Order: sequence, then C-alpha cells, then structure tokens
Amino acid sequence: MDIFLLEAVINGLLLAGVLALLALGLNLIFGVIDVVWIAYADLVMCGMYAVYWLFAEYGWPLPLAFAAAIVGVAALGLLVHLLIIAPILTSAPINQLLATGGLLYFLQSFATLLFGTDFRNIGIRLPIIEIGGIYVSYARLLAFGVALMGAIALYLFLKRSYVGTAIRAIAQDREIVGLMGVDQRRIYLVTSAIGGALAGLGACLLALQYDVHPFIGNTFGPLIFMICVLGGLGNMIGGFIAAFIISQIIAIGGYYYSTELSYVLAFMLFIVLMFIRPQGIVSR
Amino acid sequence: MLSLADVSAGYGSFRALFDVSLSVAAGETVGVIGPNGAGKTTLMRVISGLVAAVAGAITLHGRSIKGVPAHRIVAHGIAHVPENRRLFPRLSVEDNLKIGAFIPAARQHFADQLASVYELFPKLSERRSQPAGTLSGGEQQMCAIGRALMSRPKLLLMDEPSAGLAPLVVQQVFELIRRIRGQGLTVLIVEQNVQQVLDVVDRAYVLEAGRIRLAGTASELRNNDFIRRSYMGL
Repeated sequence: MDIFLLEAVINGLLLAGVLALLALGLNLIFGVIDVVWIAYADLVMCGMYAVYWLFAEYGWPLPLAFAAAIVGVAALGLLVHLLIIAPILTSAPINQLLATGGLLYFLQSFATLLFGTDFRNIGIRLPIIEIGGIYVSYARLLAFGVALMGAIALYLFLKRSYVGTAIRAIAQDREIVGLMGVDQRRIYLVTSAIGGALAGLGACLLALQYDVHPFIGNTFGPLIFMICVLGGLGNMIGGFIAAFIISQIIAIGGYYYSTELSYVLAFMLFIVLMFIRPQGIVSR
Repeated sequence: MLSLADVSAGYGSFRALFDVSLSVAAGETVGVIGPNGAGKTTLMRVISGLVAAVAGAITLHGRSIKGVPAHRIVAHGIAHVPENRRLFPRLSVEDNLKIGAFIPAARQHFADQLASVYELFPKLSERRSQPAGTLSGGEQQMCAIGRALMSRPKLLLMDEPSAGLAPLVVQQVFELIRRIRGQGLTVLIVEQNVQQVLDVVDRAYVLEAGRIRLAGTASELRNNDFIRRSYMGL
C-alpha cells in the first residue's frame, strides 16, 4: 500500500475516535429519552470555548480546564433536559426537534455575541510523530486514545452499575422499570448529564486539534448525525462502527480527490444506504 | 397487611374499578378471579401505583400508600409481576434480575438473593447470560417472578402468571406459587385459571365488571354453584 494512503487511513482512524465518542453520547440520549439533541455539536462548541477561556485566557492548568469543561457541559446537558426537553417530553417528536434545533441557533448566536466570529486556538502545538515515514499528529493520537477510554468507561458503567443497567432497561420498557424502583425522571437526568459530559470530553479533545469559533458545531455536527443514523439511531455499537466507516470514506476520499468531495461521497453513500437499509447498518 | 376500601380507578374517563374493597393478611395467599376485562389487571396496577386511584383508601400495614408513585412502592415491600411478564428482552437474564434489586435496600443483599433465586429456578442460572427475550414462555415467567423476588418483597402481586403458557408449564407455575407461599411470602394473585388458582390460595375474590361480586375461602368458592357454573363449566 502507498505510504501516503496508509497515512490517510491512520488519520481517518484517529478522527473516528472522537466522532465515535460523540455519536455514543447522542445515541445514549436518543436511546434512553427518545429525543434527538440537534444542538449536540453546539454543546461541544461551548465546551471548546470553556477550555479556551480557562486555559488560554485565565491561565488555568490544562487538566483543570479540561475537567471544568467536562463538568460544565454536563451541567449544560442537565439544563437542556430540564428547561427544554422535560416540558415537551410527551409532545410530538417534531416539536422536540424544533426545540433543540432552536437551541442550536440560540447557542451559535449567543457565542457570536459573546466572543465574535474570531477563530481562537488554545495555542498548544503538540508534536507530529514520525513512524516509519508515516506522519501522525500527537494530538490526534492522544484524542483517539482518550476517546476510546471514554467509550470503555461508559461501557463499563452501563454494564456493571445498577443505574447503568436501569439506563439500558428503560429504553426497552419505560413503564415497567418503575415497578423495580427506578425513577424515570432521575434516569433521564443522569443520562442527560452523561451525554453532556461526553460532549465536554469531545470538546477537550477537539480543542487540541481545531480552532474554536461559534460555528464549529456545523463542521462535525452533521457528521455525527449521519454516523448515528447509519449505525441505527439509539444503537451505540452501530454508531461506533459507523464512525469508523464514515471517517475512512472521508480520509481515503480526501487522499484521492479532495476533502470536500469526500464529504459529498460520504453523504451520498449515506442517502443510498438509507434507501437500502433505513434501520441502520447494524441490526439489533 | 394490605387493605383496599371502596377503591375506584380507571383510565381517563373510563372507569375500570368501582368501590373495590379487599384485604390480604400477612402470610396469606389470596386470589382474584374474574373474566377478561373485569378490571383484574387495573386492580394490581392501582396497588403498585401504576394507575392512580380516584377514590377510596389503600393501606399497607395501616399506612396509606394511595398516590405513592410506582417507583416508591417497591421500597414498601411490594413487588409486582406484571401481566405478560414484561421482561427487558435484550438484557441478559442476570441483568433482568439485577434490575429487580435496584432499590438500595435490595442491593446490599444482591448476591444472597441471586443465589436463592437461582436455587428456586435452576434453569435461570443455566441461562443467566442469555437475552431474556430468547427464553421460553415458562422460563420468562420464572425470570419475571425471580426479578420481583430480587427486591426481597413482603407482598408479591402476580398478574396472570399462567397466561399464554402450555398446560404442563402452567402446572409448574402453580407448583412454584405453592413453594413461594411455603416460604412465608404474602401473595395476591390474579388469574383466569380458576380451578388451579383455587388449589393454591387461602381465599379469593370474584371480580366482575369492576366490582367485587363474591368472596370466600377457596373451598367455599369451589363448592359455590355460581362459580361452578360460570367459571368451571360444571
């Protein structure tokens, strides 16, 4: 294999890690609460601004800024549920989509108002590593590793803990979990906070690689949705696999043609797959 | 232990229960029999808080539990085996049992209780890591009962445990109910299988069109002409 192609494949793989992590968060919320947070990528944007301000402007140590961003976006997730989702939980799905879609524009406009449209960078230049002629960005490698650890931590939480087991059960029978002493409202809050925390973690990892600006959510938000739908909405394993497929299409397409065209290719494949397998590539 | 006085309940404007009064003493096994649509399931759901009573009183050990939401009822020592079992089909058998021990008081005893449920149902132990949806009907019923037992209840509500099961499996389920009551658990059981349920209960109520029509000990009801004609086809 061509060494540059291999480099593209590896970079695609590394990109997939963070996308998979964010798809996990979105899928978790959809699977449990049955709502799609259209503004999910914009919560990531908020987290990136938190990292930027705390680290680059106020001089907090990076780990502390990261922790604060994760906690902050988790709290934001709680607020999204309490203020926007909970009041319209029983109304039509289109209302919920419109409400979280409204949140997207709110967050983007609010960020523009507060920070302007400048591209801001936290100013950390992590080295590029060379392995046998292949150049890999250390930031991406780190992001991949941490995203994978985040995914494993979520998996263990869902598999091992009582609350995690209740989270998996509630999507299968919302009424009957109550008979086991599970308070649906509490599980929804925990799920929203975890979804927010994953967006916060994603924000930390993306802040290492990209500039933050009010519309950064638009660059990868659609990708995350496509990944979730491709994997089967609410299906966390499917979303995880789809993240790697989509990232490879973009990476390899970007190598042979251009990144823009590879996005076109990815979305075309997505539309075609929706005709062939609307339930997603991975069946339950 | 449990007492209902003039309880009425329903769904929206539809009334399913009218002035129902019944009681269950500690250690007793009590049945509620009646035709389809008589309100038997609603009765169970009112007790476990899934359906709100619009009138009347529900007390447990003399304290009102009316209006207590379902997720708090289990901590009062009531476990409900719902109609159609309602397992979590994609969770493993053991995860279904684990959810049964969700309340903090039950979590402490999880390992012991799991061992005793597996002792009661060795089949569940064999299939512990299998998705509950892949179990046979009888095994699913055992899993549903096991899940309820995991909360270490004082009172077990069973809604049509024999429904949809093969005759041989129905026998096993009733045998099991006999064993459970032998362990000192108080049981309130709703059934359409009148002949068999009267063999395992101390007393029973007949619920028809949302009202208690008749009540008595198992032997009284077995010899009652109305019961023999309407429910046993004799």
